[in-house]
Amino acid sequence: MHTNAKRWLMAALIASFVASYFSARFDQYYLGLAIDVGINVMLAVSLNLINGHTGQFSLGHAGFMAVGGFAAAKLTLLTSDAYFPLGLLLGGAVAALAGLIVGIPSLRLRGDYLAIVTLGFGEIIRVILQNSEFFGAATGLTGIPKLTTLCWTWGSAAIVVYVICSLVNSTYGLGFLCVHDDEVAAAASGINPVRYKVTAFVVGAFFAGVAGALYAHHKRVLQPDSFNFIKSIDIVVMVILGGMGRTTGVIIAAILLTLLPEFLRGFADYRMIIYSLMIIALMILRPQGLFHWTRKNAPNQ
Amino acid sequence: MLEVNNLTVQYGAIKALHGISLRVSQGEIVTLIGSNGAGKSTALRAISGLVRSAEGHITFDGQPITNLASHEIVQRGISHVPEGRMIFANLTVQENLKMGAYLRRDSDGIAQTMDYVFATFPRLREREKQVAGTLSGGEQQMLAIGRALMGQPKFLMLDEPSLGIAPILVKTIFEKIVEINREQKITILLVEQNAHRALDISHRGYVIETGRVILHDESKSLRTNPQVKSAYLGG
Repeated sequence: MHTNAKRWLMAALIASFVASYFSARFDQYYLGLAIDVGINVMLAVSLNLINGHTGQFSLGHAGFMAVGGFAAAKLTLLTSDAYFPLGLLLGGAVAALAGLIVGIPSLRLRGDYLAIVTLGFGEIIRVILQNSEFFGAATGLTGIPKLTTLCWTWGSAAIVVYVICSLVNSTYGLGFLCVHDDEVAAAASGINPVRYKVTAFVVGAFFAGVAGALYAHHKRVLQPDSFNFIKSIDIVVMVILGGMGRTTGVIIAAILLTLLPEFLRGFADYRMIIYSLMIIALMILRPQGLFHWTRKNAPNQ
Repeated sequence: MLEVNNLTVQYGAIKALHGISLRVSQGEIVTLIGSNGAGKSTALRAISGLVRSAEGHITFDGQPITNLASHEIVQRGISHVPEGRMIFANLTVQENLKMGAYLRRDSDGIAQTMDYVFATFPRLREREKQVAGTLSGGEQQMLAIGRALMGQPKFLMLDEPSLGIAPILVKTIFEKIVEINREQKITILLVEQNAHRALDISHRGYVIETGRVILHDESKSLRTNPQVKSAYLGG
């Protein structure tokens, strides 16, 4: 399993590098869409660690993304393009810090209550950004250099998937699933649920921050308003639709839900109605998620 | 080995335990009996750090453990098999057992303990690769006990091991409890509504009513005590 995952990671990295090499010949529209897909895969897979594997309910993922995006964009705007890789790490680090701050209430709250706290957190981030002159107030940041390439995005997405898969499939990582299944039993087995819940938030937020940084240098414009709670809901829908805790399903759902609204563009006014109906239908017909299948064997067998 | 003095636990404004005291010596099986809501499970939860105690002291091997975090208490050799749905449903039987040894670092020793658990509960070996949520109630209980044994505890607390389990398996589980106590020299504190069986296998017993210890004695004396007979043994 582990060597297999490494092979997959290498294959994905090479594929994104090769695709990137030819990307100059791609249609700009499709290239942009491919980058959107990569960013959404990162967001969905990282949220899946919090909501799926660990069984918490966060509605604040857009907030982490915003924190990372604004931090990274400000860095490249103040310095130079060469600092972009550093910006990605900075975005991740600042978001991870935010994850730590939000993770702490998660020690006391669960379910609906935690969802409300994280929702509030996302909104606070948005309002702070909207009122901070340093980050361009309501207009946000403009003229961000276009540095996000297909290679950076897909490469990062491959790393996110690899890191999270290796994490949850390790003996240490089984603890996330234990906390999800039964917190009392986990504590009685000597597992510290608090540590796992905060770790999930910090790791999930880190990758959301990197995704936000990529997003900033892809769209070139950052507005606080685009990180409202609707954005968080979009990511939650990808996780639920893919099947909570199923990485493969969540990746497929993220790809589908990024492309679907685009392909429905022809229906103009009706597209959101069709999109919503499809989601409602799926939730009724496949409440366990589109790609939910049970784990068959122990990961190391 | 374990000493509980004047333990009080409150859930909000409601007192679940009004200062109970009890003592368990090395090698014993001690049982807590009492009706629903008497506070038996709360006592176990307070000992293993799953709920905070408002007053009182708990010492284990002479060391104070009152209000330590539950994983620190497990580290000292106390394992708790909680009541109800207590296994990791999405993990396989083998993974559940592995998580029981979460705090251990000796992989050879872990493999040995796993062999011992499989020898004690052969049914678990048959189901080794199966997801635990698909096991029967009795098998889940065996798994929960097996998982607790994986931590190599000195002291094992069992909360209602017979709850919701087919009678034939209840018999097996009680036999295994005695076997674990005798062969592995593990001291046991057992909470049980089935007072008959609990008093049969235990050395001493405490009777708890509305958060207070009202009686404690050798189990064979409790079995013939008129008060216990009429309240818990059906006359």
